[in-house]
Amino acid sequence: MSANEVALSYLVASVLFILSLRGLSHPRTARRGNLLGMVGMALAIVTTFAIANRIDLARVGIGVGAVIGVIVSRRVQMTQMPELVAAMHSLVGLAAVLIAFAVVNDPSAFSLDVPMPRGNRLELFLGTFIGAITFSGSIVAFGKLAGLGKYSRLFSSAPVVFKWQHIVNLLLAVVMIGAGLMFFASSPESQWPPFIAMTAIAFVLGVLTIIPIGGADMPVVISMLNSYSGWAAAGIGFSLNNSMLIIAGSLVGSSGAILSYIMCRAMNRSFFSVILGGFGGAEGAVATGVQQKAVKSGSAEDVAFLLSNADSVIIVPGYGLAVGRAQHATKEMADKLIKKGIKVRYAIHPVAGRMPGHMNVLLAEAEVPYDQVLEMEDINADFGSTDIAFVLGANDVVNPLAEQPGSPIYGMPILEAHKAHTVVVNKRSMAAGYAGVDNPLFYMDKTMMVFGDAKKVVEDIVKALD
Amino acid sequence: MTPAIDHTVINLTVFVLAVFVGYHVVWNVTPALHTPLMSVTNAISSVIIVGAILASGSAERGVGVLLGTIAVALASVNTFGGFLVSLRMLEMFKKKEPEQKAP
Repeated sequence: MSANEVALSYLVASVLFILSLRGLSHPRTARRGNLLGMVGMALAIVTTFAIANRIDLARVGIGVGAVIGVIVSRRVQMTQMPELVAAMHSLVGLAAVLIAFAVVNDPSAFSLDVPMPRGNRLELFLGTFIGAITFSGSIVAFGKLAGLGKYSRLFSSAPVVFKWQHIVNLLLAVVMIGAGLMFFASSPESQWPPFIAMTAIAFVLGVLTIIPIGGADMPVVISMLNSYSGWAAAGIGFSLNNSMLIIAGSLVGSSGAILSYIMCRAMNRSFFSVILGGFGGAEGAVATGVQQKAVKSGSAEDVAFLLSNADSVIIVPGYGLAVGRAQHATKEMADKLIKKGIKVRYAIHPVAGRMPGHMNVLLAEAEVPYDQVLEMEDINADFGSTDIAFVLGANDVVNPLAEQPGSPIYGMPILEAHKAHTVVVNKRSMAAGYAGVDNPLFYMDKTMMVFGDAKKVVEDIVKALD
Repeated sequence: MTPAIDHTVINLTVFVLAVFVGYHVVWNVTPALHTPLMSVTNAISSVIIVGAILASGSAERGVGVLLGTIAVALASVNTFGGFLVSLRMLEMFKKKEPEQKAP
């Protein structure tokens, strides 16, 4: 293949990637979009095979990766999607770093001039450090999401903060950029020490920037790392003068950035307040005073009775539903209610769960029709005319304190479950939510608390509905 | 004669335009599909496998080839895992459509 043919073929692949994301604008076109993405990727790989000097090793590599990828994609549970996505970000990050090392080792393999031009060095530096931060940061995020906190404090879902944290990070960043500039100015003889130092510091920075961020801010972190993995790919594309890599990387990078923005907006927090971390550190302290106040608690049978006498029900799922894997039981309950002629809908807060769209996927897995599942802005006006709001393992996203000036979560858009005629809340205990703020919703006269694991409680309700 | 345009400038042009395209395309993604969006973009970012294949296919045997081959395997996990898990998720979003039409 001539260089022009290769470039044109890469252009077609790039367009397929764009169409692939475009397909996700509606569930109906989404599968076709995914398919176009696959075709684009296949084209990119086949084209590259045609120009590589040898492909035997690459074939082995692809085979090994394919086996692992296929097994993982089949075995993973939908409740584990956040961990899986974090793990996959780390792979892209590490691959970017390895490629960068191979480029520094032998630029001629990538049709670059030897010694490498300054411009490519600068781009390589950017791609490498973003890749390294993506790798180690995603490992920490994976640990936090997979609940590995018991093995190492690094993976604790509570924020890990220490004195001078931000100063240390800033100093490391300055040293890293310094090493990068030395690499930029270096000759092939002196290039390795600054390049290795720069990469090593970037690995450390990735860990340090993610540990202070707590569990419920994970939707932002995971979107941010998604974005980084894209910028890393774009950076490698710059250093290899490959437009397709730049386009694909930019698509991913801007996608992650937009998701981060949406998540931050849904918590009414600035991106910087989230990534500087430490939020919700006072969790235990605030939660202690809570137990004394009186709540009205009921049994699953009581809830079943309330539900079967209602005309309309809105279910508000949260992280508790994911932890308890209660999505199937919830669908069963909803089906029973619908059979009785009750209108059942689901209200989804953008940051419910641990990643963007987490609740939607769980409900889709349980085969809940997507027209019953509504986003916050579409359903909030309906709570006032709804008989029962059934909050399943959500807390901060339904906290009416968000409407009260002076509260730590003031201004956060919430699902207005408190406006329903009756509120039923399932929680494992009375512990405060992630924000460490007490939730007045639980103490309202019209609220009934049902304590216990979400799945167990919902299954009991289903039995009682018969 | 003006000197030839530097590669970096061409790259930057492509980059800026691609960011705009990404921005507009992604804002149109329905929030219900944000998780599949992440897994699809994840799979797409594994396109760096192209760089890894070139490294693995380098004529000069040595450490670069080894690094490249490992990178091919890592990126390939993402390529296959990312697209297939997206497919699995999107199938779930599909199944409900016939039900919807039925009373």
